[in-house]
Amino acid sequence: MYTIIRKDRIAGDVYSMTIEAPHVTTNAKAGQFVIIIVDESGERIPLTIANAEQESGELTLIFQAIGYSTKKLAALEAGDKLFAVLGPLGEAAPIEGFRKVLMIGGGVGIAPLYPQIKALYQAGAEVHAILGGRSAELVILRDECTQYTHELEVVTDDGSLGTKGLVTDALEAHLKSGEDFDLVVAIGPLRMMQAVVGVTKRYDVKTNVSLNPIMIDGTGMCGGCRVHVGGKMKFACVDGPDFDGHLVDFEELISRQGMYRTEEAHTCRLLEVKP
Amino acid sequence: MIKADPFKKTPIAELAPDVRNKCFEEVVLGYTLDEAIAESQRCLDCKQQFCVAGCPVNVDIPGFIRHIKTGDIEKAYGVLTHDNALPAICGRVCPQESQCEGKCIRAKKGESVAIGRLERFTADYIEKNINFKTDKPERPAPIGIKAAVIGSGPAGLSCAVTLAKAGADVTIFEALHKIGGVLTYGIPEFRLPKSIVAKEQEKLEAYDVKIKTNTLIGKSYTLDQLKAQGFNRFFIGSGAGLPSFLGIEGENLMGVYSANEYLTRVNLMGAFKEDAITPIKHGKRVAVIGGGNVAMDAARTAKRLGAEEVTIVYRRSMNELPARLEEVHHAEEEGILFKTLHGPIEILGEKSAVAGLKCQMMRLSEKDASGRQRPVPIDDAYITVDCDTVIIAIGQTPNPLIPMTMKALDTTPKGCIVADDDTMETSVSGVYAGGDAVTGAATVIKAMGAGKQAAENMLKTL
Ligand SMILES: Cc1cc2nc3c(=O)[nH]c(=O)nc-3n(C[C@H](O)[C@H](O)[C@H](O)COP(=O)(O)OP(=O)(O)OC[C@H]3O[C@@H](n4cnc5c(N)ncnc54)[C@H](O)[C@@H]3O)c2cc1C
Ligand SMILES: Cc1cc2nc3c(=O)[nH]c(=O)nc-3n(C[C@H](O)[C@H](O)[C@H](O)COP(=O)(O)OP(=O)(O)OC[C@H]3O[C@@H](n4cnc5c(N)ncnc54)[C@H](O)[C@@H]3O)c2cc1C
Ligand code: SF4
Ligand code: SF4
Ligand code: FES
Repeated sequence: MYTIIRKDRIAGDVYSMTIEAPHVTTNAKAGQFVIIIVDESGERIPLTIANAEQESGELTLIFQAIGYSTKKLAALEAGDKLFAVLGPLGEAAPIEGFRKVLMIGGGVGIAPLYPQIKALYQAGAEVHAILGGRSAELVILRDECTQYTHELEVVTDDGSLGTKGLVTDALEAHLKSGEDFDLVVAIGPLRMMQAVVGVTKRYDVKTNVSLNPIMIDGTGMCGGCRVHVGGKMKFACVDGPDFDGHLVDFEELISRQGMYRTEEAHTCRLLEVKP
Repeated sequence: MIKADPFKKTPIAELAPDVRNKCFEEVVLGYTLDEAIAESQRCLDCKQQFCVAGCPVNVDIPGFIRHIKTGDIEKAYGVLTHDNALPAICGRVCPQESQCEGKCIRAKKGESVAIGRLERFTADYIEKNINFKTDKPERPAPIGIKAAVIGSGPAGLSCAVTLAKAGADVTIFEALHKIGGVLTYGIPEFRLPKSIVAKEQEKLEAYDVKIKTNTLIGKSYTLDQLKAQGFNRFFIGSGAGLPSFLGIEGENLMGVYSANEYLTRVNLMGAFKEDAITPIKHGKRVAVIGGGNVAMDAARTAKRLGAEEVTIVYRRSMNELPARLEEVHHAEEEGILFKTLHGPIEILGEKSAVAGLKCQMMRLSEKDASGRQRPVPIDDAYITVDCDTVIIAIGQTPNPLIPMTMKALDTTPKGCIVADDDTMETSVSGVYAGGDAVTGAATVIKAMGAGKQAAENMLKTL
């Protein structure tokens, strides 16, 4: 069960992994995610479903090896098995009925953005995308996204690819020119999503963001993933992970993200895992 | 020979409070054979069995105790398991004082017979010698039932075993990576060792019950998809896992946990172990809001994780605490402080982290619908509990996931699945439900009884 079929390094410390998980792919939709456990003593980590093949039951995840568990995951190879894969979790992203959309992905956030790009394109929307990263190498999945977009722009912090600047600069340029999007979707670091929402609020364009609070069960049982959206408490694992960005309390989420920073740095030093 | 005191329960060995509040070893050590026989002599084998009526599944209490009197524990076990599939667990966690023991005739003058302790003794004594892996029970011929049991808490476990024993082909679907429901993620090791739940898993495997963990019904598969896979009977035992919050200021500060999250990190994910990967905050001063078993478990866990001061904050008085008497007593012994007649009104923060819990003092007024005196706030009487961690343990409601993905399933306004009192069948034919998913947060024995009852009714439909 949960055998790894393929693993590739696609950029820097970003990996793509395809796993046998028919119980996930049967009903998986763009925007949903899984929770995996690498080995018996491992942590439960949420990862977005990057691709799900119903016929073959093959589930693809794209992840950045940033901490203990994701590094341990990156150290596995085809043929190895995962201890647990639970999903699909969360609500599907809204896909139907859009005319023209602007998709903004930052860094590893491009991974969860990609399935939405593909689904919106296949549903007949005119899809524009802005992909951003610190440098050229970190702008992942460019070819895949190009295939399912009508227009794709790349921006990098250092100018090593595309325009030098931030995704918000490119976004602002679009909106200033009077382009009319009925939806903006932004996925990336919390600060990036917060900045995007800051811009789209001024132009009054509906914006969905995908939230990634710390999770445990992913089934609505622990409440650890709670966020305030429009003043109401929501559980990101069952009510989300996508929410109306204009209503999200980002500051609160950012502080809760850092809750275990000291504890985790500690684990990492104790147990060096090299992928 | 030990001689029992007619007015008092035969004492039971326990770890000393200042030893146990630093470790996760089981607190109550259990009776020896001699102690159990001595205690069994206290049972008067009454004609009018009030104790049996007090037990939600009507265990034949004088019946099993009679066999302990003669030292035939195997026979006692047989009587016990006729009605209760999980005696080692119920003996440990049933709120006996409000059920069987509360009704025992001896309780009118002195202490009741220690029914729970005897139940636990009987189960432990026999089960330690059963190896379900080697002593595989005989399986009856298949009966044409292919059942999907959703959730592996006490309701699901007892439903699955009852069906499998009768020859049904049973598959359990569990969302988490381990079975047991609250028995695994909620009730701590020091109260219910996980080796006991592991034994239940062995039992299931011995009866060829298939266990599919990491499968969330409603998402991974809908009930209709399971039907298409050939399942022809369904039992929903999805529990009441959804934690309630207070809706007060500061609930999303760093250091605020629902009891479910706190206990799940510790029990399911093993965060109490030195080398655990899942982190938990080791608070120095911990405030726990609530007065039930969940609150006691969270408070005693916090103490064991090294907190210097743990305070239970409860709106009513000590007399209304809904927790089992034994847990309150153990918590007090372990140094947990109780701030009763205090209602939390705000969690104070500093740099996004918990810095205190502001409470309003309360007094008790007339009785409310639950029959308990209603707490009313006292004007301008506030205090602040100094703390760096707040654990909210004010209750759980049924998880809405399955009803959300199955519109034909009737639910109450509170989100409980509607099931027939006798048959446990829901508004959808062939789909049964029981346990906390139907009653809202209740008890292990009630959930177990409901699972068994549903299974028996499914078998009747053959
Ligand atoms: C719904 C959802 C979808 C996600 N999808 C993807 C994805 O497709 N690809 C991907 O690379 N990552 C994704 N993430 C983030 C991923 O879960 C975390 O990177 C991972 O849990 C970190 O685990 P770790 O042990 O390797 O790192 P840790 O050592 O635990 O943490 C490293 C850093 O990541 C932060 N962190 C810890 N847990 C989380 C978390 N749950 N979410 C975000 N940051 C966290 C920590 O605060 C710390 O700064 C997703 C998160 C959520 C909630
Ligand atoms: C901390 C704590 C302490 C307690 N202490 C006591 C005590 O001392 N005595 C006592 O009698 N009672 C106690 N209780 C209450 C008791 O544990 C519950 O009443 C009992 O466990 C309910 O059993 P259940 O089988 O209905 O549900 P649960 O035990 O909640 O099990 C439900 C299971 O279903 C799974 N599930 C849910 N939805 C799905 C889905 N869609 N697909 C697949 N799986 C799903 C869940 O993951 C879970 O494992 C306590 C409860 C808690 C939380
Ligand atoms: S199952 Fe619980 S209530 Fe019934 S006799 Fe046993 S301990 Fe008492
Ligand atoms: S009421 Fe008490 S004394 Fe009488 S049979 Fe029951 S346990 Fe024994
Ligand atoms: S992760 Fe536990 S409720 Fe969302």
